[in-house]
Amino acid sequence: MTEPAPLDALAKAEPTAAPAGEPPAGSSPERPRSGSRASRLAGLVYLRQRLTMYLIVAFASILVNFILPRFMPGNPATQMIRDITNRTGAPPSGYQMRLIKARYGDPDRSILLQFWDYITQLAQGDLGQSAQYFPISVNELIGRALPWTLYLAIVSTVLGWMVGTYLGARLGWRPGRRLDAILTPVSMFFSSIPAFWLGLLIVWYLAYMNGWFPNQGAYNNSLPQNLLSPDFLLSVLYHGALPFFTLIIVGFARWLFSMRNMMITTVNEDYVQLARAKGLRENRIRNRYAARNALLPNFTGLAQSMGGALTAVILAETVFVYPGIGSLLTGAQAARDYPVMQGVMLMVIFASLLFNFIADSVYVLLDPRTREVK
Amino acid sequence: MLKRFLLIGKVQIGLAIIGMFTLAAVFGPWFSRTVLEMTPQQVDYMNLTGSPPDAEHWLGTTSQGQDVLAWMLHGTRTSMLVGFASAIIGTVLTVVIGAWAGFSGGFVDRFLNGTILVFGNFPTFALLFIVAAAFQNANWLLVSIVIGGIEWAGGARQIRAQTMSLRGRDFTTALRTVGESRARIILVEVMPHLLGVISPMFLGLIAAGVNQQAALAFLGIGNPSEPSWGLMINWAMTQNALFRGLWWWFIPPGLALCLIGFATTMVNFGLDEITNPTLSSKRMKLMRIFLREKARSTSSHSQKELTAS
Repeated sequence: MTEPAPLDALAKAEPTAAPAGEPPAGSSPERPRSGSRASRLAGLVYLRQRLTMYLIVAFASILVNFILPRFMPGNPATQMIRDITNRTGAPPSGYQMRLIKARYGDPDRSILLQFWDYITQLAQGDLGQSAQYFPISVNELIGRALPWTLYLAIVSTVLGWMVGTYLGARLGWRPGRRLDAILTPVSMFFSSIPAFWLGLLIVWYLAYMNGWFPNQGAYNNSLPQNLLSPDFLLSVLYHGALPFFTLIIVGFARWLFSMRNMMITTVNEDYVQLARAKGLRENRIRNRYAARNALLPNFTGLAQSMGGALTAVILAETVFVYPGIGSLLTGAQAARDYPVMQGVMLMVIFASLLFNFIADSVYVLLDPRTREVK
Repeated sequence: MLKRFLLIGKVQIGLAIIGMFTLAAVFGPWFSRTVLEMTPQQVDYMNLTGSPPDAEHWLGTTSQGQDVLAWMLHGTRTSMLVGFASAIIGTVLTVVIGAWAGFSGGFVDRFLNGTILVFGNFPTFALLFIVAAAFQNANWLLVSIVIGGIEWAGGARQIRAQTMSLRGRDFTTALRTVGESRARIILVEVMPHLLGVISPMFLGLIAAGVNQQAALAFLGIGNPSEPSWGLMINWAMTQNALFRGLWWWFIPPGLALCLIGFATTMVNFGLDEITNPTLSSKRMKLMRIFLREKARSTSSHSQKELTAS
């Protein structure tokens, strides 16, 4: 869903960036320099377009977050005040009451003013207070959980990417071999396994049945949380083994496919034939000539996929009772803690937009063809 | 193109799997009522703590003595209902918005294309979660509307591009000069050319809908009185099926989800083979034969050389 169409946006950007009197190719020694300046411009125009798009999406998601509680059946503001009263034994103070109403709908104020209040609160980085753990702010809850999720998401995505890309390069180099005939359909099946279900199977088999791995948590609770102590780090690795395994199994296949298919088309290119004709070693041709070019789509795909990876991680965390965003979200959903749900989702949306923008920037940097001015 | 598409083995397997689940969704509840004589809610007091599959309960019972097969059959109905309903909603939106944008051009196109891009750049699941969670105990129709209303953008871009190219073709220009109305040109003349794009997209949306619904139900969003695959996995997990080792409870629904996803991947691979001939499995087979022959001929050559020397 989130893949951008960089090429057609670039095609649009090119005319504005191309200098009028471009000398014909190869006729002048100055060409590379002017070309690179124009290409940098084309890249910038393209990035500006993408950035505008992401800002619009971010604004739209804020708008959704603003509108939803106001159209929800039942008034969430009064419900939340009631929840907090039940939990703490006393109604929230006047100031907090005002904050809650500003966030979730106040019948006495015009909608535009409410939106203004909402935006100013958000701009100050304030996501409100959790209804479930009342005086604790959403920011603090997210701040506690986010590092775990990012660690899980980034490491598992990068590892899965490496495995998938390597295997894809091997398979695409010689398509139709036995390994290809076995591995491609198998990984096709792997890629359609829901991460949360695979996690469930793995926890059941490896943790409950055989007891080889811990069945929940991110670290050994009896150890002090000290990032410098080797025991603690080892327990983090040990507890992370199953989630990583699950996410890599589910994640590597898509890289395998895209790499394999790119390799198949690259292997027949002229420059690969030339490398063969020169008598270079097979490995060298594969790694330096074919794979290097086939790698581009996978590289940009890596950053783009982080948004989707966050979703998979959130679902998988629930199974492993990993203390990240996913567990926070399920807990909030069960307790109908709306501020936490909204805050988390806003964070996830912003994070994936950020990763997408990184992907676009990498794309412009990596692929010289996108910067070429015709 | 549609015919060529249907002739590919991978596509046939994919379609067969989806067809099978559709049949199960249509006739499953009837089967469970008349043949098994069980409903998901019915409790078997002889097997209260969850018993493994046997002759009476083909897929075993849950920790509350409910029949897993009855749950599966009813769950298939909900899951497939959400899949189909969200796919229909998504496809209608895709086609209407995509074709409208592609055919209109100008300001309308720019506006609609902007909408498509904004929706296409949303992290789908996050949006889905926050919207669906806003409604308490959302029933299957509401969930489908939310899924369909969010998932349409990817296809709309394709449809728009296709329509734009079709708009410039001679036959549409001819029809316009004859004075046909725009609606007729789009619906009767242009639409058949889009079917090749729409049909695999529809299948993709079914699988996406089923999976999104399962993920939502797994997180506890949706109506707990509607059995679905995601809800089964959720209940199995929250009611300690892992600890007690009741694998027959959570394996079937997950397997069903895998199969649905697998079916779409197969169909998409079949589609890739048409659009990108270098990936064609027929071609690969030819390559394989060629490589084998070559290997044989070179090895026999070397043998000859050996015997000659």
